[in-house]
Amino acid sequence: MIASLLAAAGDFVAPVADYHALAPEIVLAAGICLVLLVDLFVEERQRWITSTLAGFVLLGAFIPVVTLAVIGGDVRNGLGGDVLDGRYVIDEYALILKALFLIAGYVVVLMSSDEIESGRYHQGEYYVLLLTSVLGMVMMASSRDLISIFVALEFLSIPAYMLAAWNKRNSKGNEAGMKYYLLGVFASAIMLYGMSLLYGVTGTTLLSEIGPAITANGQFSGIEALAVVFIVVGFAFKVSAVPFHQWAPDVYEGAPTPITAFLSVASKAAGFVALTTLVFLAFPLASDVYQPFIWVLSAASMTVGNLLALRQTNIVRMLAYSSISQGGFILMPLTVAGEAGVGESALKAVVVYLVVYAATNLGAFAVVIAVAKKTRSGDISSFGGLFSYAPALGVLMTVFLASLAGIPPLGGWFAKFGAFKAVLDAGTNWGYSIAIIAALNTVIAAAYYITVMREIWMKPVPDGDVTPIRTPSSIQAALVITCGATIVLGVLPDLVGRFGDLSDLTGALGR
Amino acid sequence: MDVISDQNWLLSLGTFLPLAGVLVMLLIPKREELLHKQVALVTALGTLGVGIYTLTQFDYDKAEQLQFYANTEWISVIKSGYTIGLDGISLPLYFLSMVITVLVMIYSWDHIPSPGNPKAFLILMLVLQTGMAGTFIAQDLILFFVFFEVVLLPMYFMIGVWGGEQRQYASLKFFLYTMFGSALMLVAFLALFYQTDSVSFSIPYLIEQGINIDEDVAVWIFAGMFIGFAVKVPMFPFHTWLPDAHTQAPTQGSVILAAILLKLGTYGFVRIAIPILPQAAVKWAPVIGVLAVIGIIYGALGCLAQKDMKRLIAFSSVAHMGFVMLGISTLTATGINAAMFGMVAHGLITGMLFFCAGSIKERYHTLEISRLSGLLIQMPKLGWILGFCAMASLGLPGLAGFWGEFPAILSAYNPAPALSEPLFRVLMVIAALGTVLAAAYLLWLYQRTAFGEPNPEFTGHGHAHAVGAAGNDEHHDDIHDVNVFEWIAWTPLLIAIVVFGVYPQLMFKVMDPAVTQLVEVFNK
Repeated sequence: MIASLLAAAGDFVAPVADYHALAPEIVLAAGICLVLLVDLFVEERQRWITSTLAGFVLLGAFIPVVTLAVIGGDVRNGLGGDVLDGRYVIDEYALILKALFLIAGYVVVLMSSDEIESGRYHQGEYYVLLLTSVLGMVMMASSRDLISIFVALEFLSIPAYMLAAWNKRNSKGNEAGMKYYLLGVFASAIMLYGMSLLYGVTGTTLLSEIGPAITANGQFSGIEALAVVFIVVGFAFKVSAVPFHQWAPDVYEGAPTPITAFLSVASKAAGFVALTTLVFLAFPLASDVYQPFIWVLSAASMTVGNLLALRQTNIVRMLAYSSISQGGFILMPLTVAGEAGVGESALKAVVVYLVVYAATNLGAFAVVIAVAKKTRSGDISSFGGLFSYAPALGVLMTVFLASLAGIPPLGGWFAKFGAFKAVLDAGTNWGYSIAIIAALNTVIAAAYYITVMREIWMKPVPDGDVTPIRTPSSIQAALVITCGATIVLGVLPDLVGRFGDLSDLTGALGR
Repeated sequence: MDVISDQNWLLSLGTFLPLAGVLVMLLIPKREELLHKQVALVTALGTLGVGIYTLTQFDYDKAEQLQFYANTEWISVIKSGYTIGLDGISLPLYFLSMVITVLVMIYSWDHIPSPGNPKAFLILMLVLQTGMAGTFIAQDLILFFVFFEVVLLPMYFMIGVWGGEQRQYASLKFFLYTMFGSALMLVAFLALFYQTDSVSFSIPYLIEQGINIDEDVAVWIFAGMFIGFAVKVPMFPFHTWLPDAHTQAPTQGSVILAAILLKLGTYGFVRIAIPILPQAAVKWAPVIGVLAVIGIIYGALGCLAQKDMKRLIAFSSVAHMGFVMLGISTLTATGINAAMFGMVAHGLITGMLFFCAGSIKERYHTLEISRLSGLLIQMPKLGWILGFCAMASLGLPGLAGFWGEFPAILSAYNPAPALSEPLFRVLMVIAALGTVLAAAYLLWLYQRTAFGEPNPEFTGHGHAHAVGAAGNDEHHDDIHDVNVFEWIAWTPLLIAIVVFGVYPQLMFKVMDPAVTQLVEVFNK
């Protein structure tokens, strides 16, 4: 039998892989094995090593991302693109998002180490799952093929289902895991059905070939429309866009807070990345279908998310609904992505928004974790008087909330500005109408962000307990990274603005 | 447009120096209160030093040109640049913001409002200073917008944390009004960008291109900017946040609000809305003029109805800003010169009035006009200063206030050729009546608070319970005259009020070339 296998493999020529281009994934994969092995051989009370190790693995994977970015486009396109036939591409767009996922993963590790170490269990497995999920995301950034997108998506989702259920002794934790799993699988199924239809119609899984093939017989067929809608619905679940959002608040509340941060930022961003890639590469001729559909998703997400966020008394649930509403803003540029000449600013807007939103929201969750260590409460009122006894945390939370509200000079303003500019660039009625809806929502959102700020600055401490908060050094590090990024991106938005060139993404398609 | 790019680092230094102080203060622990005050004051003085150097380096013969002009790439994605420059219009306000910050810092030396925490208070003030100075130097709409918004949060916290009893309501109102205004303003900026071929947000560029925008469109864009700036000024009917914010803000907040923040709105009209969209400005000028005059009368009548001294001063701001807006709405060199002068004069005089109110409140723990009397007997120096400021505020010739009001009224007699002469003459008459009302409410305020015998409630030491009703009663016997920090903080303002009153040319000659150039387009 082995002989026959060998014989069959006889004319197999190993592809000339560009190991440099694939280095981030390789480092991550090796790191996952390493963490698992270390976890097997260290004693229970030394398991903190796994946390440190996971952090180093993520940073290690970040190094090749930087070197690839420094080397520039030619080397990457020449090797990575050709070998894998344009199905797995390392371009600027992929690199900035890989960097985003790795840094976000690193910040989540920093946020987790104290939380998971203190009295919890299965530290090693926790970090293995986290790293695996990040690997899926990193792969998602490069995927330009229906199959690799789907594989990356499952790769990042399945560990996330388990992480959501990490508080397994707690009924809310079980609810979170179960809900997330069932709805996630349901979404995957719908999406897969859409993909199979798309494959059936176009005969290819390569996005760049699907794009031109989608109207091959001159007009748009019903089945193509159905395929596009199904795929968008599948991702709408992943990014928790209204009306496919019901799972999010429960899952966010039940999961451990660092995982909530991870889901609401990194996992969500991965969904947006896939959707964006599809919209620009596979659906450029299907804009009549996806644009109105995403328009509805976007308008509903920001409005419903905001209105529900206004009524929350639990900070994590409020941030959950706020992240639904922010998701609506990220979808906004995609509602006009197919208009002539708008693609560039729409793509940039999405990329910039994802980066800024990641930094800001992770920071907000880091503060929530730090404060909850003392107050043991998730109520917004537990932030009362925070400024008086923990001024640093109070100011940081203010920075993050102000950034989420879009107040200059913090990152959020530029993200929102970019989104507005993209839809106004289009100059269509769809664009203007979504801009008006978004403008109203910006003001509504400011109301609930400012509620928390008022608690922090102006309300008395709820139980008069003003013992200072001891913030673990790992969370301090997470706060420094996120706050630094939030401010720097607001003052010098060009740092990320130069990434996400449309020609970069579609250029890969051209070859 | 010609620009002068010599020493183009100077404005950035003056604008961002306060942030260096903020960084230092962040590293100092909260309990080192004295050190915080020292660092903040030194920073503010250093900034003022840069400001003075800027004054000496400014080429007054070319005051119509942007000087110290710098233009570097900032956000290339949206074609917005870090474009800064200073001309005769912005120089006085830029410098005023630095002076006011220093004086407020000095005043804060022994007047940190409850609940204390000088570290945070002074840091917010330095951040405010950066935002204010930045707004006056920005020559790019996006940069302007960012600086314009930077002042929002520090002021919100200053009112909300260190303010009076209704502080939360007042601060929220302030925040939401301003946020609403700036959202519309930003939309207008974007529309402007698209209407001028999406090339640049630079103000000099847009001044060249804006005139080509179709008039119907331009009127709408102007409307967006109008609301954004009018909220900040504030013009009737967008003024309702102001009395609350002023009354509830701590003294320092009120002073900065009155002296500088309100000017961001009027400055926006003069710097952005009118020069970029002159065709729309002509259409809007009657509206602005009418609203300005309504503001004058309404503010004055509002003053007459007030029972609280600080609230009265706040309403007088509405009236005074009405004169400024009336001057702007004439679209003439005289009118806009008067408006610019009025902005600075109002900053000096109303700032001073709020200082006085703050000091009275600190001593009596109340600003209820009916409970105050005989200031001149109990605190003759403070009483005289209050009288002096009231006179300046009502526009007594020889003091700075006169040169803001009188030429503004005069200019309405002869508005720009495109505007309706009868309408503006009617406005002129009504505005002139407004000055009579101004005299009425200020003298009335002064008579009731300064003349007569001191209220027995505050003369003895045995009335603690009576004062207790007004709040904190621990220092009720602490009624003393002007102290040394107050003298240091106030003297420069008092001197400036006299100097500009006697020799207004000092400021007019700086502004006039730039203003003349600005209104050229209306004289055709």
